[in-house]
Amino acid sequence: MSIINVNGLKRIYNQGMENEVRALNGIQLNIEQGEFTAIVGPSGSGKTTLLNCIGGLDRVNEGSLTIDGRSIGDMAEQELIDFRLHHIGFVFQAYNLIPVLSAKENVGFIMLLQNIPKAEIDTRVATLLKAVGLEDQLHKRPAQMSGGQQQRVAVARALASKPRFILADEPTANLDSKATSSLLDIMEKLNKEEGVTFLFSTHDQRVIDRARRVITIEDGKIVSDQIQKM
Amino acid sequence: MKQLITIAWRNVWRNKLRSTVVILSIVLGLWGGLFMMGLALGLNEQRLNSAINSSLAHVQIHHPKFEDDYNKKYTLIEGENIKKQLQEMPFVSGFSERFVLPGLAATSKGNYGIKILGITPEQEQLTTDISTRLIEGTYFTKFKNNPILVGQKLAEQLGLKVQSKVVLSFQDKDNQTISKSFRVEAIYKTANSMYDQLHVFVPQEDLASLIGIREGGHELLIKCKSLDDAPKVQSVLKTSNLVQRWDQRAPELGYAQQIMGSFMYIFIGIILMALAFGIINTMLMAILERQSELGMLMSIGMNKFKIFSMIVMETLFLVVFALPMGMILAQKTIGYFSTQGIDLSIVAKGLENVGLEAVIYPFLSSEYYFNITIMTTLVALVSGLIPARRALKINPAEAVKVI
Repeated sequence: MSIINVNGLKRIYNQGMENEVRALNGIQLNIEQGEFTAIVGPSGSGKTTLLNCIGGLDRVNEGSLTIDGRSIGDMAEQELIDFRLHHIGFVFQAYNLIPVLSAKENVGFIMLLQNIPKAEIDTRVATLLKAVGLEDQLHKRPAQMSGGQQQRVAVARALASKPRFILADEPTANLDSKATSSLLDIMEKLNKEEGVTFLFSTHDQRVIDRARRVITIEDGKIVSDQIQKM
Repeated sequence: MKQLITIAWRNVWRNKLRSTVVILSIVLGLWGGLFMMGLALGLNEQRLNSAINSSLAHVQIHHPKFEDDYNKKYTLIEGENIKKQLQEMPFVSGFSERFVLPGLAATSKGNYGIKILGITPEQEQLTTDISTRLIEGTYFTKFKNNPILVGQKLAEQLGLKVQSKVVLSFQDKDNQTISKSFRVEAIYKTANSMYDQLHVFVPQEDLASLIGIREGGHELLIKCKSLDDAPKVQSVLKTSNLVQRWDQRAPELGYAQQIMGSFMYIFIGIILMALAFGIINTMLMAILERQSELGMLMSIGMNKFKIFSMIVMETLFLVVFALPMGMILAQKTIGYFSTQGIDLSIVAKGLENVGLEAVIYPFLSSEYYFNITIMTTLVALVSGLIPARRALKINPAEAVKVI
């Protein structure tokens, strides 16, 4: 079942001006439930713009973008914020955890925004941090953890809101080989065992090697879309 | 909301040095501002009290025409009736009758235009504090004939000491000039050197026999139990004389009393405005540093109201932390100096010229502390709005890329 449907998507910056940039130029794409997909391409090809558009962080100029049958482009700002809160998980290159909160609080924070009862939050946070192998780091703040550990907290946070899919923009860019491998193991396990859908943008060959589907973008267009044999 | 408060509070302490500097600036600003207010209000209060206690009293009564040219024939109309009414007023603590004559004081060293006040010594003690302001001599107890109290400034100019003789010249009821020798029994000194230079006190009965007026007086001074009672006397008293409150007799003191409070609020308002700019600058810096974090919060679905509230709360926390410290520090300082006084003897001469004592006692009522607390909180709220609005303008897609 398709959860993300992109049809003829265009994102043009400075439209009509001399410095017009066509970041996305007619993207056609479907993402099914349970996919583990990497979007690859050279710098400036439009990977992050595509992820931002799918995540509702950037508006499209032309084409349609639906998630679970709902058109992102038609949503008002507040509606889009609520939609992101309940349907999309984000993992960022720079981890972007809240420095003044512990790992436990960082993961639980998004659930507080969803008004989930505290007892349920505590249970789910413990489960998620165990799933990413950080059950013994509950009370550590980001500054007390390694980059790999921080990114694992970020994955747990992204999962906390029970999203339909997770968007990960260059999630391994700041990690060493060991941390990358560990993070990918966790995400693969979540994908296989829990059916969590992951959509990455990446340059990292280690991520590309693990992805089951690899979509290549160049100059704002999809130039290849391959299912990899594992 | 609890989590939001937790984050806001912890954010305040992320950069301890910066927050401490802001908090200290608020504490020092409030402390300095409140202390200066206390000093100015204490100074004004002291000037007013000094004028009321030494010369003005709360209410003065004169014949309607007396002050046109200080003609001695214009004594109070039905003076005894007025005194009878005053005795029945519970808010009047005392009154005294005076003769007021323009005259000339002369010694071998020179002469000086003065105002001669003929007083009943016991009555005068009920309305003015001249008897307690003697720096030398006694209060009408030593010399039986023609004693006189002179101000320090006049004594200096005419070379007078206790027991010295001074010749006073003035006109009697028939406008005949009389010159009479008086012996200095005491030298007084009030907070106002101009007053000391221009006024001498002699017993009313001595003056009465010299000018030939046996009944009544030219001036009646009334002292009330409080400053607020002065208008009551004015409204209740039935007389055809001219009844004037202290602030009608000395309008400059009345205006000072009226505008001082407002002026002080403007003064503290300027200090708070300067503090507001400091707070805004600090919060804008904090937001600039936390762009990626704020972008992340927007990305994951934190709504604008919560982000706005978080930033405003951070600003409020800075002020809420500093406000009581500034207030307590100011209250303790003002409290200490309100009893110990601030000795400004070094500029005593200048202060005397404007009716001020050399030792100033700062004073600030609780009303000011309350109002300034409200003002500071409002300033904090307004200061928080600008950075909070700036935070809302962050583009989450761009901000999350900032490392």
